[in-house]
This record gives sequence, structure tokens and C-alpha cells, in this order.
Amino acid sequence: MDCKQARELLSAQLDAEIGVSESTTVETHLQSCLECQAEFAEQSTVRGRLKGQATYFSAPAHLQSRIKAALPRLIAPERASTRWTWNWLQLAPSLAGVLALAWGLNVTLNQPSKDDVVAQDVIASHVRSLISNRVTDVASSDQHAVKPWFSGKLDYAPAVRDLSAQDFPLIGGRLDYVGGRPVAALIYRHRQHLIAVYEWPAHEKQKIEPKALSRQGYHVVTWSDGAMARWAVSDLDPQELMALVEMLRAP
Amino acid sequence: MENFETDSARAKRFAAIVLPHLNAAYNLARWLVKSDRDAEDIVQDAYLRAYKFFDGFRGEDGRPWLLAIVRNASFQWLTDQRASKGHESFDEELHSEESEDSAINHGRSETNPASILERRDDAQQINEALLKLPTEFREALVLRDLEYLSYKEIAIVAGIPIGTVMSRLARGRKLMAASLQRMKPESHDGL
Repeated sequence: MDCKQARELLSAQLDAEIGVSESTTVETHLQSCLECQAEFAEQSTVRGRLKGQATYFSAPAHLQSRIKAALPRLIAPERASTRWTWNWLQLAPSLAGVLALAWGLNVTLNQPSKDDVVAQDVIASHVRSLISNRVTDVASSDQHAVKPWFSGKLDYAPAVRDLSAQDFPLIGGRLDYVGGRPVAALIYRHRQHLIAVYEWPAHEKQKIEPKALSRQGYHVVTWSDGAMARWAVSDLDPQELMALVEMLRAP
Repeated sequence: MENFETDSARAKRFAAIVLPHLNAAYNLARWLVKSDRDAEDIVQDAYLRAYKFFDGFRGEDGRPWLLAIVRNASFQWLTDQRASKGHESFDEELHSEESEDSAINHGRSETNPASILERRDDAQQINEALLKLPTEFREALVLRDLEYLSYKEIAIVAGIPIGTVMSRLARGRKLMAASLQRMKPESHDGL
């Protein structure tokens, strides 16, 4: 293989989109050609920076409500868990912008101020982890490796689920500090989005159905089974986030 | 209405298969047309069109199918834009300036200290380099590196052979590297 042939394949090699035998040939060529190595490294850097640094434009909240409004038949009654989502989405046109929408949510929810404070904490923690590139303390897709890691660090054992079959693979876990106490954060991935699920013993021993909030482009869902309070935060589409919450709530 | 029940089943299927890909649809349109408002309009129209033609869709994965519709609508919009301006080429500079700003603002909601500044510079450069690419290359890179589509899926979305996907990604990354190289200040000490 000469340089010209190799260079045509470098990008596909990076993306693991060529066959095994071609890949081996490219590898062999790379070992003996410094120029192609440099080119390969350059392409790899660009690819890494695009994945890590380019802006991902998430759809603004009002766009979803606009589309829902334009497709009225889709707002047919469905499962109870999704119905309230559409209810607040329908409020959106009457309110100006995302901030107003967030305020509107506060009014309709029962414990606005307290939830609000925790939501800010949880989002801040999640964003910090993304910025500092310290998303996990223990990186593993094995729930039986992640769960024991927390023992001795917390006075409770967090629930760790294997949802890889549902396309929400476990990435790992992290110890964080939210609401004045150390808490467990479990990290799941859905496509390129990371979802952090925070968990700590509930103050009020009552079941709380999932509630959704949006702040600064992040979506947050909180719920409680009476024993543990949970907060899921992500830049994932609210519907997909809710789908994950339903999976986590399933027995 | 000869098939009212089918309509409701169809709506449910649409809600499950197509609606969850709103962010992907918007991200693609936003990178192609470089404007928040136009991207919103394009995505909304694309969803209406997708719903209209949903009967013809029989697959499981609605993402490439929806993105193909969004992609075609975006390219159509760019063509119309060019025609109405009477220019030979779309005024990339004018538009990229505005969208660069909002690309940066996107990262600004992160409430944090000085280390972000450097990070933002990096992000700004990569956004700028990507915005400057010819649309076809930008499209391929967004689909691959931001949406994580396979070459085969990109081929479906862009309506091109897989070999072309491969060469566009290779060329796109090379153009990006050159563009980033030019942005590098003299004093920049790399990593």
C-alpha cells in the first residue's frame, strides 16, 4: 500500500469503518511511514476536538411545543407519566421564553423553592464534572463493579442498573457533594449524551412521582420511592430522559 | 375517516420513533443553516412533512430517516437563500459571525471560573473552523462526530455513496486541521 492509498483510508480507519484486512494493511503502512503517521495524528486530533468541543445545539424547549401543537393528534391521551409533560408544554406558547417556562413550572409544582435549590446544585455538579473532565471516579459498565465501590464512602448503597440493552449503558459512578452531604452519582450514556443520576436517602418518607424541571438548557427529573430521593440531570431530550427515569423506576 | 384507529396507532408510532430525535434534527439544521430561527422553522416543517409521509416509513430507527428530511429541507433553504440574494455564493462570513456568537453563548450558561475561558477559546476555534467548511463537509462531520451516525447512515441521510462519505470526512477533517492551524496564535504552546 502506498501513501496515497493509505491516506484515503485514514479517516475511515479512525472511525473503525473499514474491513479487518484493509485495517491491518493501513496499520502496517503507518508503522513504516512517518508522514502518514503525522497525518493520522492530525485527523485524530480534529476528530477528538469535534466530539469534545464543538457546540451541540439542543432544540429549544419551545420548538418541541410548537411541533406538538402543529401535530394535534399526537396529543392523544397516553400513559399518565407522559400526559403532564404535554400539559406544561401546552402552557409554553403563553409564556415568554425558557425562563418564563421555568417559572411557570415552579408555580405548578408543589415545593418550588426547595426543589429549585437542589436542582441548581445537581446541575452545577453535573456541569462541573463535564468541564473538569472528571465524570466518573469509578469507570465501569459493570454494575457489580460500580456498586461496591461506594461502600465505605457512603452510609447507603445506591441502586445501580444495567440498562445497556435499552441503549442507556452504564459508564460508571462518582462521589459528589450536593445539598450539604456526600451523594452517589451514577452516570449513564445515551448516544453522545451523558446522564447523571444522583441518589440519597429521602427526607420525607413519601413516594413522589417524577417531576421535570429545565434550567440553563439542562433537563432535570426528580422522584422518590419513599426511601431514596433521585435526581436525573442531562442535556438529553426531556422525553428520552423521562424514558430513562421510567426504566430506573421499574422494579 | 376510513381508518381513524389506524391514525391514532400511527400517531403513537410517530411519537415513539420520530419525536425523540428532535435534538439531532435541530443540531443538524442549525449547523447547516447557521441561524436559530431558520433552523427552528426548518425542523418544524420537516416534522410536519415526516408525519405526512410516515406511512411510507417501515423501519425501526427513525433517526436517519428524519435527518434525511431535515437535511434536504436545509439544503433547499440554502438554495432558496442564494437565489433570493442573487449572489453567486451564500454570504458565509456574515452569517457565521452571528452564529459564532450564539455558539459561544451556548457555552456561557456554564457558571464557572477562569479555566472555562481557555476551554471556550478552544470550543470557539473548533466551532469557527466547522462553520467555515463548505456545507457538504460540515454536514458529514456533524453527522459523524456530533451525531455518531455510521457511514452507512450518513450515506442514507446525505443521499451519497459510502465511498463519498469516506472521502468527505477525510477531506473535511483535513480542511479543519488546516483552518485550526491558521487560527493558532504564535505564542500558543499546544497542549
